[in-house]
Amino acid sequence: MAVRTEPFVLNMGPVHPSTHGVFRMRVTLDGEVVVDIEPVFGYLHRGIEKLAEQRTYTGVIPLTDRLDYISSMSNNLAYCLAAEKLAGIKVPERAEYIRVIMSELQRVAALLIAVGAFLNDCGAYFTPFLYMFRERERIVDLFEMASGQRLTYNYMRVGGVSQDLPEEFMPALRKFMDMMPRFMDEYDQLLMQNEILLARAKGVGILSKEQAINCSISGPVLRASGVKWDIRQADPYSIYDRFDFDIPTQTTGDCYDRYRQRVEETRQSLRIIRQAMEQLPSGPVRAEVPHLVRPPVGEAYAHIEAPKGELGFYLVSDNSIAPYRCHIRPPSLINLTALRDMVRGWKIADLIIIFGSIDITVGEIDR
Amino acid sequence: MTVALSGKEVASKIEEKFSGSVVESTPENLVVKSDQLLDVARFLKETGGLDFDYLNFVTAVDYYDHFEVAYLLSSLEHNHSLMVKARCYDRENPALPSVTGLWQGADFQEREIYDLFGINFEGHPSMKRIFLWDGFEGHPLRKDYI
Amino acid sequence: MEIEPAKKYIYSDIELDREEGQVIEDLKAQSQQPIPDPDQWLDEELEQNILLTSVDALINWGRRSSLWTAICFPACCAFEMIAANGPRFDLARFGMEILRASPRQADLMITAGTLTWKMAPNVRRIYNQMAEPKWVIAMGACAISGGIFASAEYAVVPGYNRIIPVDVYVPGCPPRPEALIYGIQMLQKKIARRKNIDVRKILER
Repeated sequence: MAVRTEPFVLNMGPVHPSTHGVFRMRVTLDGEVVVDIEPVFGYLHRGIEKLAEQRTYTGVIPLTDRLDYISSMSNNLAYCLAAEKLAGIKVPERAEYIRVIMSELQRVAALLIAVGAFLNDCGAYFTPFLYMFRERERIVDLFEMASGQRLTYNYMRVGGVSQDLPEEFMPALRKFMDMMPRFMDEYDQLLMQNEILLARAKGVGILSKEQAINCSISGPVLRASGVKWDIRQADPYSIYDRFDFDIPTQTTGDCYDRYRQRVEETRQSLRIIRQAMEQLPSGPVRAEVPHLVRPPVGEAYAHIEAPKGELGFYLVSDNSIAPYRCHIRPPSLINLTALRDMVRGWKIADLIIIFGSIDITVGEIDR
Repeated sequence: MTVALSGKEVASKIEEKFSGSVVESTPENLVVKSDQLLDVARFLKETGGLDFDYLNFVTAVDYYDHFEVAYLLSSLEHNHSLMVKARCYDRENPALPSVTGLWQGADFQEREIYDLFGINFEGHPSMKRIFLWDGFEGHPLRKDYI
Repeated sequence: MEIEPAKKYIYSDIELDREEGQVIEDLKAQSQQPIPDPDQWLDEELEQNILLTSVDALINWGRRSSLWTAICFPACCAFEMIAANGPRFDLARFGMEILRASPRQADLMITAGTLTWKMAPNVRRIYNQMAEPKWVIAMGACAISGGIFASAEYAVVPGYNRIIPVDVYVPGCPPRPEALIYGIQMLQKKIARRKNIDVRKILER
């Protein structure tokens, strides 16, 4: 005899240990099975797009730091590319290489956190997170040498970077590059064949290729579904066309694939950093840009492959010192579009894992 | 490299099918009449050779006398992109057709535009505020707010 | 005659939205003035009995050495908070490595991040759910005054002290983990000075 149950509404968040910040869901459950979810956003809506309209082109950079606060360098890069495209500024060679090194290091740091937080959601409370933080601290040290900050770097400028690398940076980076592959192997040894991880993540929350494209999913989540689309290769920005790297893809598009995707992308990032280190030229790090940039009337959209997906800035200029409109294309928000279809029919414990495998930052969702 | 298709060339293709639907076309983008936006969008998505299957983003810009809603479309197959725009001149009750039926990725972004600009997307499954709370007055990203 | 359905549909999200929106509007209207500094009473020095002082010292020692933190990390500062918990800075040295998801088991709230009006009722509720005695550390510029987001008045609360009383302010955007640890030590010193037993009341008896 089947037991009939009534749908039951459960509130999750905004303060919940596994909603990665202040994300909230209204989950409708039938027993333990998720029938429907309704994501509720806005608990961190800080009006960044509005504030950007009142600031100069350089003054927007600190705001971009606080968008996706675990990958500030990528945000800086995306904004600076858009502003340079708008104003027609050419960036010196050395600055381009420094930007690539920084944004790839940032990708490693952000993907470490993504993997750590995902395992945290799988039930390994805090232990893997602490492992990942051990390596992240080393990357943060490198950033601190260059920019003087640990989280909100504010390092890149329209037309280059704010200052040249200090002389102790390259030896420290070399040391880190020697250590990092060993750490990656250590994680793989611990996790790749882990029974619990396989049982919880394999085959859970499958996102099909067609749906991923239809929902405008980007980044590791899209590639885990088997779409070979990486903006670094599809639409190379900065100097990414000079490096030799692969775009790893997975086949199934389940939670385990998304985890593997992130680990493999980290290895590719290390490959890019190694090449950029070898080719790093000397010279100026900043183009001659006036204090108050006044781009001509027009609009520009520049996008990069941020750790979470396609991060883009759409700037509209009216030839004044402040952007007329600054729209941010947030990968975290758009990647969540598919969440509802991914979790339907799964148990509530799987909801946490599926949500964790998408990897979001609320600062970027709400802006 | 993603090729940005010329708005003029695509506009001539659209004009063949839906005459009078393109208001303006420049090499960078094309502006479509708002009541024919949905037809043009379907045409762009389903025509062979164009195949715009990926919607990069949707956003709006307030130009005081009108709102301009910009859609950046890409094709992952052919690796090209196109910016399509539509304009709303009604400031009190601006409205546009929703493209969520074609690209589901527009879902949250259209709600965001509704929240921050007040543009109503007809046909959207749940058109309500996304970032601000229910009962909030005004639309913050409009130029005349505060 | 129309028949009222016996049971209404379990929830309507529009109704829930309106209700929640009303809560936010009410709190916004109430909290236009900051809450006064809760430390004022500390200035009044009290004559203390030796025995009572030692009891105080014992209680305060216990309280200050096992501060458990409630999870309330809205934004960027959360990562410096976690870094402080992490392997390098190791907050466990101060007896407070545990992050409690349930506010009822926590006695310290580290408000790491920008507070928005939409979030404010939730933070207020978490604070109310924490058991007495409880303390609050405002971490970062946003928590103190709204920081660089203060001018987005429509969404951002200019400081947590509009909503809940704050004990220690840690400036920085974000503060380094060392700064947070220093702030926690300041709080521990403050707890050490706390008088749990009112001497005057006992003497009057």
